[in-house]
Amino acid sequence: MTESARLADRYRRRFLAAVGVGAVLGSGAIRLVELAAAKPDDQPVSGEVRWGMMIDTSKCAEGCTDCVDACNDEHGLDGFGRPQTDAQWIRKLEVRERATGKVTSLPMLCQHCEHPPCVDVCPTGASFRRADGIVLVNKHTCIGCRYCMMACPYKARSFVHENLTDQRPWSPRGKGTVESCTFCVHRIDRDARPACVEACSAAGHGAMVFGDLNDPDSDIARRAREVPSRQVRPDLDLNTGVRYEGI
Amino acid sequence: MPIRALTRRVACFALLAAGAAGFAVAHAPVPEPQVVRGEQCVAPTDVMRRDHMDFLHHQRDATVIEGLRTPRFSLERCVGCHADKDASGTYLRVDAPGQFCSTCHEYAAVELDCFGCHAARPYQDENAGIDARFPFHGLAFRQPHAGRPGIGATGSVLHD
Repeated sequence: MTESARLADRYRRRFLAAVGVGAVLGSGAIRLVELAAAKPDDQPVSGEVRWGMMIDTSKCAEGCTDCVDACNDEHGLDGFGRPQTDAQWIRKLEVRERATGKVTSLPMLCQHCEHPPCVDVCPTGASFRRADGIVLVNKHTCIGCRYCMMACPYKARSFVHENLTDQRPWSPRGKGTVESCTFCVHRIDRDARPACVEACSAAGHGAMVFGDLNDPDSDIARRAREVPSRQVRPDLDLNTGVRYEGI
Repeated sequence: MPIRALTRRVACFALLAAGAAGFAVAHAPVPEPQVVRGEQCVAPTDVMRRDHMDFLHHQRDATVIEGLRTPRFSLERCVGCHADKDASGTYLRVDAPGQFCSTCHEYAAVELDCFGCHAARPYQDENAGIDARFPFHGLAFRQPHAGRPGIGATGSVLHD
């Protein structure tokens, strides 16, 4: 059974438990087919799921920016040629260990913490953690104060300084609000993986694995259980959703 | 009748007439925004005129916070149906002068701030088909309302 099929199965069971088997059977077989495909559009996200990402730094090549390019394309992060202030949801870092000189290349993005400092400091509640573990900015209520940018230990957030036009319909962005990686929430809600993971996998690198950390049978949970991996700044006790192998 | 009283009455009548004329001028005709495609909206026109902002406000919280993506009151789908094309086939912004949203919003003097962040026209890619690059977006404007639960193939009335 694939991971998406397993997830759909869990949604279906939860739905059946909630409304009763009789009601569902009464509404016909088509409804059941829809439920089996993905999370239904009309059901809220569940706290039973915790989305996470595992990044194998040994497969992440120095100078490769496939994930960054895919992210920029998916969300229309065109930039204004001003690297200091242009939006950046995922960036490549080269980390050198002082003692040995070993260089490790890795993508840095919002770590989707269980206890996100950006949420703690937000004065309006715009910075929030969705039930399934995705940390987002609700731009309807963001006032652009940028406290969250200061609080984030990973420098994962950007501020939009200038008027934008022709945003992607699935990724609204606008001047005066803070933004960051959404784990491609629009894709997840339609049962697909984030754009960066798709790109990494399509290019044959396979350095990124995405899935449900709470599902013991998922690829990512198995990997977290069996292969040594770590969080960045584990001392902060944030329980990040993004984990790295080989650092 | 003393001449002063008569003058006063004539002056009053003149003022009233002028006022009535002014009142009539202030009532510009209610605009009829042009409907570009689709036979029927997601609710009757009078309901949409009065309540569309409430529908969108409710939907935005449900979508952002709870991940509910029912298509009925999706802003992306509003734009998908109501955006017009120019002669060259390029989509126009729905908030451009004379287009669907701005026609009424200018009349009512209500500022539109949806499109500071949201796309004001459907996504068009000159280089590749939308399905090739972004296969996860069942965009209403490509095949209006086809294949989505709750929406008829011809964009008929929807029931969530």
